Amino acid sequence: MPELIITKNLDVPGIDSLAVYQQYGGYTALAKALREYQPDALVEMMKVSGLRGRGGAGFPTGLKWSFLAKNNMPRYLCCNSDESEPGTCKDRVLMERMPHRLLEGVIITSYACHVQTAFIYVRGELTRAAEQVEKAVDEAYAAGLLGSNILGSDFSLDVIVHRGAGAYICGEESALMESLEGRRGYPRLKPPFPAVVGLYGGPTVINNCETLATVPAIVAGGAEWYASFGTEKSKGTRIFCLSGQVKNPGNYELPLGVPMRTLIYDEAYGGGILGDRELKAVIPGGSSTFILGADKIDTPLDYESIAAAGSMLGSGGVIVISDETCIVGAIARMSEFYRDESCGKCTPCREGTFWMTEILERLEHGHGEMRDIDLLLDICDNVSGKSFCPLGDAATSCITSGIRLFREEFEYHVTHGHCLTGPGSKQQAHETVQAVGSR
Amino acid sequence: MISEQAKQRMRDLASRYPVARSAVMPSLHIAQLEEGYITAEGLQAVAEAINLTIDDVESIATFYTMYYQRPQGKKIIHVCTSISCYLRNCDALVEHLEQRLQIKRGETTPDGNYSLKTAECIAACSSAPALQVNGEFYEHMTNERADALIDALDQELGIERRV
Repeated sequence: MPELIITKNLDVPGIDSLAVYQQYGGYTALAKALREYQPDALVEMMKVSGLRGRGGAGFPTGLKWSFLAKNNMPRYLCCNSDESEPGTCKDRVLMERMPHRLLEGVIITSYACHVQTAFIYVRGELTRAAEQVEKAVDEAYAAGLLGSNILGSDFSLDVIVHRGAGAYICGEESALMESLEGRRGYPRLKPPFPAVVGLYGGPTVINNCETLATVPAIVAGGAEWYASFGTEKSKGTRIFCLSGQVKNPGNYELPLGVPMRTLIYDEAYGGGILGDRELKAVIPGGSSTFILGADKIDTPLDYESIAAAGSMLGSGGVIVISDETCIVGAIARMSEFYRDESCGKCTPCREGTFWMTEILERLEHGHGEMRDIDLLLDICDNVSGKSFCPLGDAATSCITSGIRLFREEFEYHVTHGHCLTGPGSKQQAHETVQAVGSR
Repeated sequence: MISEQAKQRMRDLASRYPVARSAVMPSLHIAQLEEGYITAEGLQAVAEAINLTIDDVESIATFYTMYYQRPQGKKIIHVCTSISCYLRNCDALVEHLEQRLQIKRGETTPDGNYSLKTAECIAACSSAPALQVNGEFYEHMTNERADALIDALDQELGIERRV
């Protein structure tokens, strides 16, 4: 079992409280950072550690911090805890069970980036997570870990927990800032990037919850220690959210570069495919990433290898699909998500996601035509790269990769009017009738 | 009815943020907590506390799906129907709850006790299928567990059902 970093002590009873968190070494990294490091040295430390964003894009964290514009505007930190990418369920657990680790990361990051006001944007639906983080913030204020002159230093920080209200788009960093400023969550035009003109016009750093929760361990253990985990280019560990048709779904922290097969089949993790079926496909980084076929099962789970295999590591949401599942139905379901969550600001995404879903539904229900398959690809081409923000691109990933890998299933829906495989297939219906008849 | 206490909390929030306008979302949450959904009075209270126009507040309230535009049941059930739950047969769970509660998804029972909704991914993918009741998570759901949950909620609400 590899040494755990982000999820270490996660199961300790009462670790959500300040007292227990401190018993297990909590806030010693903060004390060390304030005592031994100048802010710039911490930025350098993050660069050396190789930590990359765990939200989806995988941007190097230290580099992001170093991009903050040097001007007279107040700087801000936004913790993106608007976890809502289908297949992703790690930030919720971190916030619910160990909110102080996140908060410690927020405080250290704020110090490193010369930030005096930080926001933790918690997804609206995650009531308990938000309450836990709010409680942690209150405890930290009372203990002098937040507010003026933290731990006797000349560093002061104010943290505000801000709850969302049900909009996937607010996980997009510029929409998150719009939402924090009290407006509809429409993405902003980039550039200017948040590091230059961000929240309230100030230079702003926006990091994912898991990314920030990793910072204290790096400060405590050192950049070289952290970089000793993982691969040459993808350093450290991350939480993989294993879901779908696998025997033991769960959140598993593993060093980057572990083969997908290990995560899915090893008894310590996924334990194999549900019902001992065959693996059909894997979505490696949340529903916004390209579907990979079963032949890619030995791909190491690191940024470069997954990219080379034709997808993205994304948010770490590994979704397992067995041969029992009709891919057309699954893709139609994913497409519905993007239709419902498109913010409506730009036409390609608003209209594209609507029509892609319509066409997928009619294919799924046996009313499609052969030309619909290429029509879908044509619409994807007109949405991806032509939408205002990455949501549009994300909506096309499952469709383009799904058709490329499983075109015959789409065609089967057209020619036969039902699924090739799974509960919706006529063969299945036949088997069921036989089974009932033989009782 | 938005209490004076709630209005004061909204005003406090407006001064807590660097810019008062940022308090609009938390204030709408407070208004909804008071009245169960966003009413004309709720919009007005938020607008006054933060010094925005009512239309401005409404434009925000209508963007975010968690701000309800009409009254909801006492127990709001959100069943996740996104991909990870779909792969664990959430559709059967929704159908089961529809039968049990005698309403379709998106509806509220005539007695005003339950609203049944489908939801986009609620970050419980590794414990699918999952649902929330008034924000609280129920994971690894089966039809039997759903029945037991409704039984418990019925008891809490004082509902007697014909068997």
